[in-house]
Amino acid sequence: MRSTFVDCLIRRARIDERIFLVTPDVGFSVLEKFADEFPDRYLNVGIAEQNAIGVAAGLALSGRRPYVYSMVPFVTMRCFEQVRVDVAYMQTNVRLVGIGGGLTYGPAGTTHHAIEDIALMRALPNMTVCAPGDPVEARTLIEESFDHEGPIYFRLGRNGEPVLYDTGVKIEIGRAVTITEGDDFALIATGNMLELGKKVAHAMQEKGKNGTLLSMHTIKPFDTEAVLGLIDKGLPIVTLEEHNVIGGLGSAVADVIAASGKATRFRKVGIPDVYTHSVGSQEYLKREFGLDLNSIVSIVEGVCR
Amino acid sequence: MKETIAKLEEKARSLRVSIIKSLHKSQSGHTGGSLSSIDIITVLYFHKMRHNPAEPLWAGRDRFVLSKGHAAPAQYVALADAGYFPKEDLMTLRRLGSHLQGHPDSKVTPGVEVCTGSLGQGLSMANGMAIALKLDGKANRVYTMLGDGELQEGQVWEAAMAAAHYKLDNLCAVVDANGLQIDGEVERVMAVTPIAEKFRAFGWHTIEIDGHDIGAIINAFDQSELLKGKPTVIVARTVKGKGVSFFENKASYHGVTPSDEELPKALECLGEQCNL
Repeated sequence: MRSTFVDCLIRRARIDERIFLVTPDVGFSVLEKFADEFPDRYLNVGIAEQNAIGVAAGLALSGRRPYVYSMVPFVTMRCFEQVRVDVAYMQTNVRLVGIGGGLTYGPAGTTHHAIEDIALMRALPNMTVCAPGDPVEARTLIEESFDHEGPIYFRLGRNGEPVLYDTGVKIEIGRAVTITEGDDFALIATGNMLELGKKVAHAMQEKGKNGTLLSMHTIKPFDTEAVLGLIDKGLPIVTLEEHNVIGGLGSAVADVIAASGKATRFRKVGIPDVYTHSVGSQEYLKREFGLDLNSIVSIVEGVCR
Repeated sequence: MKETIAKLEEKARSLRVSIIKSLHKSQSGHTGGSLSSIDIITVLYFHKMRHNPAEPLWAGRDRFVLSKGHAAPAQYVALADAGYFPKEDLMTLRRLGSHLQGHPDSKVTPGVEVCTGSLGQGLSMANGMAIALKLDGKANRVYTMLGDGELQEGQVWEAAMAAAHYKLDNLCAVVDANGLQIDGEVERVMAVTPIAEKFRAFGWHTIEIDGHDIGAIINAFDQSELLKGKPTVIVARTVKGKGVSFFENKASYHGVTPSDEELPKALECLGEQCNL
């Protein structure tokens, strides 16, 4: 996804002088292409994230469209208050691009994981929050961001994510995408849980249960209508996110259910409000938290009963 | 020059009167730092900066970022006097329905470039503006004012490093070094001196002046404009509460406003009749 991001940005920068790239020193092996082609529009501001956000806001106030690229914790949490004031409050056209959503950086350890970012970013007024689930979503949403007014946070994976889409599907900021349709249950997945969501839907199909799978690539503004549609059909809902169960996709869906005045069976699948002290790959750590095919299939079977 | 200085001194005096009246009316806000910074702000808005009150976002304007956002009353009186909004608005400071928040809000107050109030953030945004102006090949300058207590914020030094690294000679920072912060003397709370030496070590050109000497302030800004290859910081030694003898050098007046009893005395100190 990070190469998808930089390739999109380069294509646009060739025809759009406003495009600017700022990084607090995590450009290595990814951003060089941009830096080489647009040296005047690339700033490695050093390992200083708070200043990076302020500089980006200053550039945005001067008509630029700066993309600030770093690992998720460093572009959202280290500089949270700068994001709050200089970006969200002031509604500057700064785009935060976080790589390594969820447990992507598995063995690097918990300092490099990102399980709170969606909750933090969606609590900021004026902020748009996108967590694309595959390179097609990433490309489409990044392209839409070029002319979008107001701040955006992108939660990306790293590299090598599989393409999950057939061509021709319409993807736009703020609208969930229906990947599969079925009347037995509904899965709502965001970001790097979309791939697993597809596998769960497939596994359930083999067990004779057909589900609706929604890709909720935008967490804010939230596609309330899409969730209400599921509630109206009476489908049990399971949310899938590589994020703390507090404050993320599951919480957003729970808000919609609670406000609908209707009841439906509902389960949140996410990281159960803990930091891991284990060492392991992304897949290993996800299993530790029950974010694996078998665990989720049994949860879905449970809500279908 | 003598005449210019005398005019600016009178302007600063009248703006001090406006600050006192505005803060007395609001009964909440930062008195000490507004009075310590007003001479510098007066020189910027009424002598040094190119700006156009009729067109606040005029592309040819110089930028001013009040990083020490709690001195908002000082910026507001200058903006109102310059014509960005009616002077009567000053009496609505922090009041329901006003466009004058306790700390500057660029979304609603004409002439305010950025939202500040959370200390330590202004210099970074000023950096971004200065970088963009250089890339555009424009001669506009960027000014920012920080407090000396504010220098305790780590982000200030991230930004100081970057401004020198990018050779932002179109950027001039002023430190309103009044020596006091909420809880007392800056040197006792968390020492920031020697300020100029620190900035020099970060690659800045430094000028140290008496921040209430209008002539010295003008000279310092002129010097900063001529210097190439480096950003300039003017370390302005100031007196917190300057102009009102019983406010001067008192940390207790950091965030305390003039009471009904203090108002006439304060105005008297400023050579103004109190006609309430």
